[in-house]
This record gives sequence, structure tokens and C-alpha cells, in this order.
Amino acid sequence: MKRWRIILCAVWMLIAGNTAAQTPEPTSWSRVLFLHDHNTRVVAIGTSLLGLTAGVVGSFLLLRKRALLGDALAHATLPGIAGAFLVGEALGFQGKSLPLLLAGAAVTGAIGLGAVLVIRELTRLKEDAALGIVLSVFFGVGVALLGIVQKTPTGHAAGLESFIYGKTASMLQSDAWLIAGAAGVIALACGLFRKELALLCFDAGFAASQGWPVRKLDVLLMTLAMGLTVIGLQAVGLILIIALLVIPSAAARFWTNRLNVMAATAGGLGAAAGYLGAMISALWPKMPAGAVIVLTAAGFFLLSMLLGPARGILPRMLRRIAVSRELAQARRA
Amino acid sequence: MTTPFVWMWELDGWIIAAGVLCAMSCALVGNFLVLRKMSMMGDAISHAVLPGIAVAFLISQSRQSIWMFLGAAVVGVLTAVLTQGIHKLGRVDESAAMGVVFTSLFALGLVIIVRAADKIDLDPSCVLYGSLEATPGDLWPIGPWHVPRAVVILGGVFLVNLAAVAVFFKELRLTSFDPALADSLGISTSAMQYLLMTLTAMTTVASFESVGSIIVIAMLIVPAATAYLLTDRLGVMILLSLLIAAASGVFGHLSAISVPRWFGFTDTSTTGMMAATAGLMFTTTVILSPRQGLVARWLRRTKMSLRIVKQDILGVLYRVRELREQAMQAGQSPPPGVGVREISRAVDIHGLTAALCLWRLRRTGLITAEDDQYQLTPHGLEEGRSLVRSHRLWETYLRDHLALPVDHLHEPAEKLEHFTGASLQEKLDEATRHPHVDPQGRQVPNP
Repeated sequence: MKRWRIILCAVWMLIAGNTAAQTPEPTSWSRVLFLHDHNTRVVAIGTSLLGLTAGVVGSFLLLRKRALLGDALAHATLPGIAGAFLVGEALGFQGKSLPLLLAGAAVTGAIGLGAVLVIRELTRLKEDAALGIVLSVFFGVGVALLGIVQKTPTGHAAGLESFIYGKTASMLQSDAWLIAGAAGVIALACGLFRKELALLCFDAGFAASQGWPVRKLDVLLMTLAMGLTVIGLQAVGLILIIALLVIPSAAARFWTNRLNVMAATAGGLGAAAGYLGAMISALWPKMPAGAVIVLTAAGFFLLSMLLGPARGILPRMLRRIAVSRELAQARRA
Repeated sequence: MTTPFVWMWELDGWIIAAGVLCAMSCALVGNFLVLRKMSMMGDAISHAVLPGIAVAFLISQSRQSIWMFLGAAVVGVLTAVLTQGIHKLGRVDESAAMGVVFTSLFALGLVIIVRAADKIDLDPSCVLYGSLEATPGDLWPIGPWHVPRAVVILGGVFLVNLAAVAVFFKELRLTSFDPALADSLGISTSAMQYLLMTLTAMTTVASFESVGSIIVIAMLIVPAATAYLLTDRLGVMILLSLLIAAASGVFGHLSAISVPRWFGFTDTSTTGMMAATAGLMFTTTVILSPRQGLVARWLRRTKMSLRIVKQDILGVLYRVRELREQAMQAGQSPPPGVGVREISRAVDIHGLTAALCLWRLRRTGLITAEDDQYQLTPHGLEEGRSLVRSHRLWETYLRDHLALPVDHLHEPAEKLEHFTGASLQEKLDEATRHPHVDPQGRQVPNP
């Protein structure tokens, strides 16, 4: 289901791009909207794929009530990025290489995840404090390392801060491929472990009693979230990546009570937000793409909260009115 | 590459003062956020105030204005209201609702700032990690002295927070620990919640320019969480958190100017190192806290299991002695004595553990050893007898009162015997009507 969407999305984009290419003298609107420009095409495909995968992973996180875990993970990647740069430079590599920086991000992200688990399981502090501590301390260490990086001769131009707010517009084709590859792996893992993850989300106690390795599944889910966070760093930045994990899935929850449909809807909403956000940011000047993507997703959330058929406010209100009318009729009869 | 560092009171002193004041203001409020399990609210608010700051900036065209406070305070409270609204109206999980609200607001703030970049001279990254190092550059005349603006503002915020906590201490305490009781006594939990949100928002705004919002999050949560692991009393917790916050400020700056030099770099961001220092103190506390710490808990567990092993050894030696006496009475040759190997097999423990426990038992005068054959001393005999008595009384009790089958009696009795004091033993004896033999037909020894 999810891979279908990826394929459909990509096919549609290619067709749209080709049609647009044949249109004579395209205005800037249609040029952008139909992905005529190579650069816009790369960015739009990258952000939609990211949104799609984030929606799917986010659905599981939301149902497991771990919505804010991604926030702590994302902040925990900063020391890894800065540290990888410093280590890379010290060893004589090109410190700016993206795979190196992302590997560093993954390492400290994993350490942060471990720290959250240790604090939550081994002290009397609760999840909220564990997340807050890891988030702020790791980010603080990252800021300190970044301060060192900026004072090295090459560090000032390295532009590592772009990982904090994201730098969507400068996405390269190779970055889009990286996102596509990683997103594919994450989506595949979600598909393969769909049943196990569903069990984990709805009744972890039951899953444990049936002999499922609940803890391992939990770690799997968090690892998926971390993988997504790491590949999303460059596109939307580490502060807003959490938005892609939370908002589409929370919006999709209003539309359905079925997990598969919800994950698909969240993926669709995430992809749409990524695509539209990239478009808007390309059409108007001075529109930071990461922020616009998030605001688009927030718009979807508002609409879903009002209109979503399963749990939206209006449908629920209508159902209540219908029930009370029925009751009144029954009483009269 | 490195230049020698010169300490200057008029620079470093003020930086530390601003850092310490900010950290203490945050820690005061943070205690209640941690106790209410609302730590992430601090994170949410400090991100969400960005549009408030940006809009206030657009309207007033200046940084030094009451508008900035107002704008951020409004958005801060709005974050709490919107989160609650989405949580209640949309039936969304509270943390997810928070995630939706604060990321959307932060994105909105970013867009406003970038759109109006030519009108606002506001760098979003300065909102995140501030520029504490620039503190001494902006002085205000206070009487005969010149004091940095950040120190004046943060000092004011600290006093306001202190006053608020002092005035509403009773209400805050009650609503944090028992919201239901507070509501039934007519103390509004939600009013206290909004008070906390307002204080958090105000502290964030006051801090964002000088120290950045990330240090606000760190200081809201980490000192309070560390103090929470050290004490069970709210007053002590608040004092400890203030101390830890102040220490993070001082040592944060000291390490920012010294640690990078060890590796051949120049100095780094003080705020980043403040968060790192606080993190270090938290980690140390998690490991070493006298009651909650990992080491203390491990020691307690180990001591407990050693105590049980030692009691088990006394029980084994008593049973061996019993068999010998029976054999002698029947005129048979007595079974051989027991050494370390037999004991470790009987109690099912490693030989080293057995040796350690046997050594402790000899030191405390409960057993004696001859050619690696262990004997109970009179004192040890008493203890062993009492343990075996408890065991056999429990077996009888479990059969008589819980109707457990005979082959299920040994295991629970084996656990219960270690936690049975003299008075409980007496009660068991009465409840089982002073038995002479246990369900297996063995004699229940009398004290």
C-alpha cells in the first residue's frame, strides 16, 4: 500500500513534469507546479518522500504515545554532527561530507535514545523529564561543539547551523537519492513489521504475554524514528523534523479508526505537505521551505480536526445531534 | 592557534552573573514543571514564543520593550491553551497536541522573521543559543554603577519568580502533588498551571536574548530533576535545584573558556557548556545519589541477597546437624561433615560467593571451621534453628490455611522464611496450633 503510493507519486510527478515540459512558454507558476525545473523537482520529490515516510512512522509513534520522542532524538543529533565534523577534519577528511555528518548524527542520536531509556527505566523520573533532559543537554553539548567548529579555520564556512533550521532549497540530487533510499528501507521495515508494531501500539502487555519481544520491537520503532530524523535533518532541520512525525499522523487519526488506513492517510498527508510546502517556497521569495512544509501540515491538521469523519469535531457533533433527535422521537412515540 | 586566556572580572564576572541568574530563575519554576510531569511544556513554550517575539518586534520596531515581554507571554499562555484545547476537543494525546502546537508556532515565527528580514534585525539562531558573551557590552547605569542590561533584567525575573513561588508556595505544592484535593479545597489547579506557564514564558523571553532558549529548557528541567533524585522534600528540592543551577552557571563558563583549550581549540559557547555541566551533574547523581542512585540500589540489592545466602547456609548447617543427631540416636554411623563445595551446591550459589559468606559468618562468630568442615557455634545454632523453625511453620501454615498440596509447600516457605521475625513466628505457631512435626514429618524445632 505504502510502496504503491511512492510509485504512484513518482510516476505522477514524472508525467506532470513531461507535460509541463511540452507546454510552450510556461509561466513561472506552471514551471514550478509541474516540476519543470530540475532543482524544484529534486526538492519536491525529496520532501514528499520524507513526509510520506514520516507520516507512516509517526502513526506508530503516536499510537504508542511516544509522539515527542522524535524531538529528543532530533536534538540529540547536533553533537554528532559537530563532533563528526571535528573528527573528520582532524583525521584529514573533508569534514563537510554529508554521509560522515549523518553518521555522527546517528551515533549521538542512538546514545540519546539509550539515555532516555536509562532515565525512564532506572530512575524515578518519568518520560517527560527524560526527554527534556536528553534534549536540552545533548543540544547544549552540540552548541558548545558548534562554538568550537566556528572558530576553526574551515568551520565557519561549513554551514553546520543549516542542520538546525534545515536548508531545503539547497538539496542536491544525491541528497534526494539518499532520502529516497533510506525512506524506502524505513517504509519497507514498517510494512514487514506492521502486525508486530500494531500489537505493540495497541496492547503491549498482551503482546508481551504472547511471547513477543516487546522491548526489541520498541527499540525497532525508535530506531526507525531515528533513521527518519537523521535523513530529515538536512531538509527541514532538527527542530521541525518532529513536526513531520507528529502532525500528519495526529491529523490522520481524525479520519479513521483503522491502523492501516491511518498510516496510509498520514503518509499521504505528509507527502502532500512536503510537496505543497516545497512548491510554495519555490513560488514566493523569502519562504523557508521547512517552516512552510510544517505550516501546510498544520493546515491539514486543522481541517482534519474539524472535518475528519471518524473523530473530527463537526462529524462528532452531527452524530450527537442525530442521536439526540432520535432519542426525542423515540420518547414522543 | 590558541591565545592565552586573560580572566577579567568586568567581563567574565558579568557573564557568570547573567548565567547564574538565568539558571536560578528557570530552576525555581522548573521544580513544579518536573513534579507535574510537564517538563516538555518548558520545551514547547520556549520554542513557541518565537512568533510572539517576532510580531512584537514588527509592531514596536525595537528589542527593548515591554511589547516583547507581552507578545511572548501571550504566545506562551496560548501554547498551553491551544494544547489543552486540541487535547480536549480533538481527543488527541496531550504530548502529541503539544508537538503539533509548538512546531506550528515555531514554523510561523520562522516564516515571519524571514519574510520581514529587512524590517526585523532578529537572527533566529540567537533565539536558540543567545549571545551570553555579549552581555558585558550593553551596560545600564544603575545608581553609581554600570550594570549589564541582561543582568538587570534576569535579576528582575529571578525576583519575580521567587516572589511568585513564595506567595503561592502552598497552592503550588498542593496542586502539584494532589490536584484532586486542591480542587476540592477550592484551589484552582488550572489557575496554578497558567501561572506556571506565564512564569515560564516570561523567563524564556527574558533569557532568549542573552542566553538563548535552549539553556532555558536545560535549566528548567535538569537542576530540578537532579534535585528530585536527591531528596523527598519539596523545600530541600527547591534549594538544591537552585544550588545546582548556580553551579552550572559558574562551572559552565569556566569550562567554556578552559576545556576547549586542552584540545588545542579556543573557547566555546558558555550556554552550551552550562547545559553540558548540568548534564554531567545529573549523570553523576543518577549513578551516585545516596538513596536513588544506581550504585546505592545495586549495593542494597547485593547486601540483601548476601544476607539471604548467609541465612540459607545456617539453615543447611542446622539440617546437617539434625541428620547427624538422628543417625547417632539410631546407632548408625553419622554422615560426613560439609565443606565449601557441599554448601555451595546445597544453597545453589557460586563457590566464591559461598566462600565470602562463610568467611563473614566465621567473622561474626556464627560458625567455626576445622579442616574445611563447618560447624555451628551456639549462637549460629540458635539462628539456624530459628530459620528452620520458620520454614517448617510456614509449610504447616500453607497446608492448613491455604490448602496447598504437599509438593508445593517448600518453595514459598523457602522465600518467606527469610522475612519472618520472632513475633510473626509466634503468630504462625499459634495459627498452626503449636505443631511438633511439619507436613513432611520432620520435627519443628523449638526455640
